[in-house]
Amino acid sequence: MRLVVAEDNALLRDGLIRLLEAHDIEVAAAVDNAVELDRALAEADVDGAVLDVRMPPTHTDEGLRAAVRARAARPGLPVLVLSQYVEQLYARELLASGEGAVGYLLKDRVANVAEFVDGVRRVVAGGTVIDPEVIAAIMAGQRHQPIDRLTPREREVLALMAEGRSNAAIAARLFVTEKAVTKHTNSIFTKLDLPIAADDNRRVLAVLAWLQSA
Amino acid sequence: MDRPSPWRLTGYAVAQVFLFPVALVCVVLALVSGVLAIVTVGVPLLLLTLPLLHRITDRHRAMAAASLGHPVPHDRMPTEGLPGLERIRVWALDPMTWREIGWVLIAAPVGFVLSLLVLVLLLPVVTGVLWWYGAPHIMWARASLDRWFLSKGHSERLEERVEVLTESRAATVDHAAAELRRIERDLHDGAQARLVALGMTLGLAEQTVRDDPEAATRLLAEARDTTTAALGDIRFVVRGIHPPVLADRGLIGAVQALALDMAIPVTVEASLPDRLAEPLESAVYFAVAECLANIGKHAEAEHGWVTLSAVDDMLTVVVGDDGRGGVRVDGGTGLRGVARRLSAFDGTMRVSSPPGGPTLITLEVPCGSSSPRTTPFSGTA
Repeated sequence: MRLVVAEDNALLRDGLIRLLEAHDIEVAAAVDNAVELDRALAEADVDGAVLDVRMPPTHTDEGLRAAVRARAARPGLPVLVLSQYVEQLYARELLASGEGAVGYLLKDRVANVAEFVDGVRRVVAGGTVIDPEVIAAIMAGQRHQPIDRLTPREREVLALMAEGRSNAAIAARLFVTEKAVTKHTNSIFTKLDLPIAADDNRRVLAVLAWLQSA
Repeated sequence: MDRPSPWRLTGYAVAQVFLFPVALVCVVLALVSGVLAIVTVGVPLLLLTLPLLHRITDRHRAMAAASLGHPVPHDRMPTEGLPGLERIRVWALDPMTWREIGWVLIAAPVGFVLSLLVLVLLLPVVTGVLWWYGAPHIMWARASLDRWFLSKGHSERLEERVEVLTESRAATVDHAAAELRRIERDLHDGAQARLVALGMTLGLAEQTVRDDPEAATRLLAEARDTTTAALGDIRFVVRGIHPPVLADRGLIGAVQALALDMAIPVTVEASLPDRLAEPLESAVYFAVAECLANIGKHAEAEHGWVTLSAVDDMLTVVVGDDGRGGVRVDGGTGLRGVARRLSAFDGTMRVSSPPGGPTLITLEVPCGSSSPRTTPFSGTA
């Protein structure tokens, strides 16, 4: 697995490289600005990118723009976007293409190394990983009626599904069996009138699309 | 502005000659009814005569403005929407009312003679040449006289401006100091305290790592959670200082982000040129954030909307909701703070919120390159 790392803070960039390489993920290029990022992403043999939203030259949201640009040129190019803060607005923009292979996480999540590396792998494998804080904001703004029909436990499962977690991961998080999670997810899909998707990633995208359609 | 032709000026002169007796009667009536107001019969008379006087003087202001080639604003205190008695009280306290009365008694008679002179010069055709060259000068003199009475002078305007600026500067300084205190407190109680705890936990882990590796691992996990919490605190403080999304996307994008985080649907319509001045964007962003927070907390609304538009260097923001209304500026809802903050930019806030709704909060802030203006009011001419 060969990734591009884009982060303008040298300390954090070196930390990310060290962390990824310790988990057998090769860093094909490490850049500190959007111009070089564009160039690195144009290379054919990279499998994806881990990048910071805010970078030179303007120190605003060029990381995000570069990600959207790169995915327009190479649809489905896996991109994990890290930021010091998360916005629903940016999550929507990243998810707009509906292709998956997208991650959007607070930088803090790097502290939980195992989960972070797992997130990187899931994104590169075509999955979707969205920060719990974004999901919490989306859930708090829910104005769909059917969501009231969900039990508190089903709502917890829905939030974890929206973050992009598999049934096994949800089961581990909630200390229940995978079978119980499957029962919850089936019930959620019936109550929300969503088509049941076998494939994990399509399931995440369906849930996110439903949540954001309010 | 083109100077009006002698014909047009003569037209003004005719109007002025005819308006003079009306103005005179009007003032006499106003003064009499002012005295009669003690026994209440004068009140309706005042409500009739003073507005008429305003209309007559406004006509003269407009003519003076056209003759002089620059605006002659009326500078009256605003009385829109006030009940009758309250309106009379404002008029009585407004120096402009007394200036207008003075104008009718002193300037208008002199002006009457000047205007009459223009007509007299025109009537016998022999003096036509005199009229052609003289009328502009005579009417200029008349307009200057009217302007001197009916509009505030340059230094008077500056004095008022200084007063307004002194007030808004004091409010801004207070606000800035309070903000700094709040940031200091937030950092002290939040991130700083957590970093201290982090240091202690790491120290403890260091001590126990040899004897009890399992306990040390638990301490390290705890330390990691503390860093996450500290970052959360810092993010909260940063949002209060300058929200990152505002830096990234400007006012429209940041307001859209605010609307997305609301529990009810909030539509955002915006037609702004490009990025506004940064301090202005920040002030307006926090004002909108406060208004939206109020909707979320108190309005019980189904929908909300925000419109942002800029016309003639005036940024107008309307935040509305279909909730239960009854919002008051002094209701302890933070709206007073919004008004104070906007005053530093010569901005104003209007609240319309009848019981049962809808609530409309209108913010107006000058946003042009000429925003530090020397005239606090716009003219009527």
